[in-house]
Amino acid sequence: MKVTFPHMGNAWIVIQTLFESLNVEVVVPPTNSKRTLNLGTRLSPESACLPLKLNLGNYIEAADEGADTIVITGGIGPCRFGYYGEMERQILQSAGYNYDVVTLEPPNGSLLGLAKRIRYLAGTNNSWAQIIKALRFAYLKSVALDQVEDLIHAARPRLPNSMETEKIYEDAKKLLAQTMTVKGVQETVRWVKESIRESQEKVDTPSEGFNKPLRIGIIGEIYTILDPYTSLGLEEELGRLGVEVDRSIYLSGWVGNHVFQGLAPGYRSIKSYPGHAKPFLPHFVGGHGQETVGAAVKFAREGFDGIIQIFPLSCMPEIVAASVLPRVQEAYKVPIMTLIVDEHTGQAGMQTRLEAFVDLLERPRLQRGIGQTRGEVFGVGGR
Amino acid sequence: MLGEDKYFLGVDVGSVSTNIVLLRSDNTVEEALYLRTQGRPMQTIQEGIKLLRTKMRDSAEIVGVGTTGSARQLAATLLGADVVKNEITAHAVAASRVNPQVQTILEIGGQDSKIIIIRDGVVSDFAMNTVCAAGTGSFLDQQAARLSIPIEEFGSLALQAKHPVQIAGRCSVFAESDMIHKQQLGHPLPDILAGLCQAMVRNYLNNVGKNKDIRGPIFFQGGVAANPGICKAFENELGQSIIVPEHYDVMGALGAAYLAQEKAGRRPETRTGFRGLHLGETQFQAKSFECSGCANRCEVVEIMQEGISLARWGDRCGKWSTTAGARTDAGLTESEEEKQRA
Repeated sequence: MKVTFPHMGNAWIVIQTLFESLNVEVVVPPTNSKRTLNLGTRLSPESACLPLKLNLGNYIEAADEGADTIVITGGIGPCRFGYYGEMERQILQSAGYNYDVVTLEPPNGSLLGLAKRIRYLAGTNNSWAQIIKALRFAYLKSVALDQVEDLIHAARPRLPNSMETEKIYEDAKKLLAQTMTVKGVQETVRWVKESIRESQEKVDTPSEGFNKPLRIGIIGEIYTILDPYTSLGLEEELGRLGVEVDRSIYLSGWVGNHVFQGLAPGYRSIKSYPGHAKPFLPHFVGGHGQETVGAAVKFAREGFDGIIQIFPLSCMPEIVAASVLPRVQEAYKVPIMTLIVDEHTGQAGMQTRLEAFVDLLERPRLQRGIGQTRGEVFGVGGR
Repeated sequence: MLGEDKYFLGVDVGSVSTNIVLLRSDNTVEEALYLRTQGRPMQTIQEGIKLLRTKMRDSAEIVGVGTTGSARQLAATLLGADVVKNEITAHAVAASRVNPQVQTILEIGGQDSKIIIIRDGVVSDFAMNTVCAAGTGSFLDQQAARLSIPIEEFGSLALQAKHPVQIAGRCSVFAESDMIHKQQLGHPLPDILAGLCQAMVRNYLNNVGKNKDIRGPIFFQGGVAANPGICKAFENELGQSIIVPEHYDVMGALGAAYLAQEKAGRRPETRTGFRGLHLGETQFQAKSFECSGCANRCEVVEIMQEGISLARWGDRCGKWSTTAGARTDAGLTESEEEKQRA
């Protein structure tokens, strides 16, 4: 058995760790790329959402490296993702790929059923103690990964050299992917903090006079939030524009809630969102529609300058959320922008919208300064 | 103080048109050029500058340059712009300078359409068409060509309609087949054109204008604002009057010129990066390649002037753009300066 799985941002690091610590052979598909998308699009129904197309591309690329078993998470409710595991198996089969598909979800809410599937993947050589140990370690790594990501979110608008910041992030991911000890994980997080501190010391002179960066909360469909290829590097781009971002869902928070039924809270638990959403959207609408609305409310209450919702074209739960968000915008006077991504989304269009949105948030601050001198712009100087 | 012969240059390079505005120091427009981009932005910018040179006095001097539009970065590199801004901000700045009371801007260009909501002179909300280009200028162009009527006469013909026909506006493909159907039934041309105008406006308001608080004064700008048929359809649908500003077709360029002026006002000690009016005569080349450094496979574009590399862009990581001779990411420098100032 050679296990593979679909990509979703940094999730591969955690999944690879899990299987490697159980001595299960695992194939990490090549990172999402134009090739992945092209391969996937060829097999996908035209109106399927972007994640399905990328998933299929991942499996085909993994099959080239000998993978024969797919692990994917499932789900319930109106989001199509819940049955992607089975659909993908059938699509792949008619295309001539004989994959075995294991959907990691508690069937009918039964954790025992989930345990059986885990047992199937782990084989007979691993004791339950070993499996639990591996799960705990993978979870620990996932929390560390989220922590690093959050640090980078804060570092991007503050550190002087954006390429250096990205380098810290890339190196940290590499280190986290390699290490198989708790100590190694902790040290990586410490190293990231140290590198950021060193870099920050170079700019922390009062003469620089940097303004407090704008804060934007990213909400929306989980795959597009977590996967930078899909979001066209949304977070990195905002960082480059001098914005600090935070997002509604982090990987460990989702895994803890979705797969393990809340047994583990994750880096940022998503449990509080439905409560926040209540006045605007009091019930489950599938996917993370309710969480999206709840997160918008939470970000607004925390005083974020703006909120960006992102989702793949035709994502039903997010369309529901998108039609509720104007009421959140009205209630909290916080600008909310919706971005929809699909196969053909170009970087330029994204860039224009992000720049305009950042301008929208920034110009009022700027205008206050210029306002008084508007009539005689040329007579004033040296401020 | 700025002399009589000092001007600010605003350039808006869009998919369909390239617009150039020369702004006098008293905030009035000296010259406005509207050129067709025709898929060759570099040549069009150069042609525009050549044309501008013939119209300017020898003593005239350009003291600041702003660029906007989808090819703003390219234009900035060629011209040596001081400000590079997205078209939403540029349009908003231009409109609120022309009329500080304006609260809504409807803008329909060649490939995209947008709505900008302004409150107290500041953008408070905006939207752009997302994954569909139905209801933009290109579609009107295409339909006018199919019916072999000049695009300039489209609007006035539509105004003659007595009973506009119903046309599906959701998708340009369906709109076209609907139009052909109505035309084959024998409906007069003006009624069909007016129906198309209404369909376009409905589509715009349902998509781009959805959930937006549209309050007057309303400005209608962009190339399509030249079409009185669309203006009338907007007025009927919104129940409010629509203002088409004098320079409706070059508002983006005008905004870019104002932004260059604002910047010069903030930092009068810095000189413009403008590369001079002679750039119409030099040779620019562009080449592109796919970087194989990582899985992103970015398509990198390099702009050269007579064999010397001016700028590169298109890479996500900055590997190529930071190694090019001139740093061109003026958008970034601009926002950093603004932050330090604010």
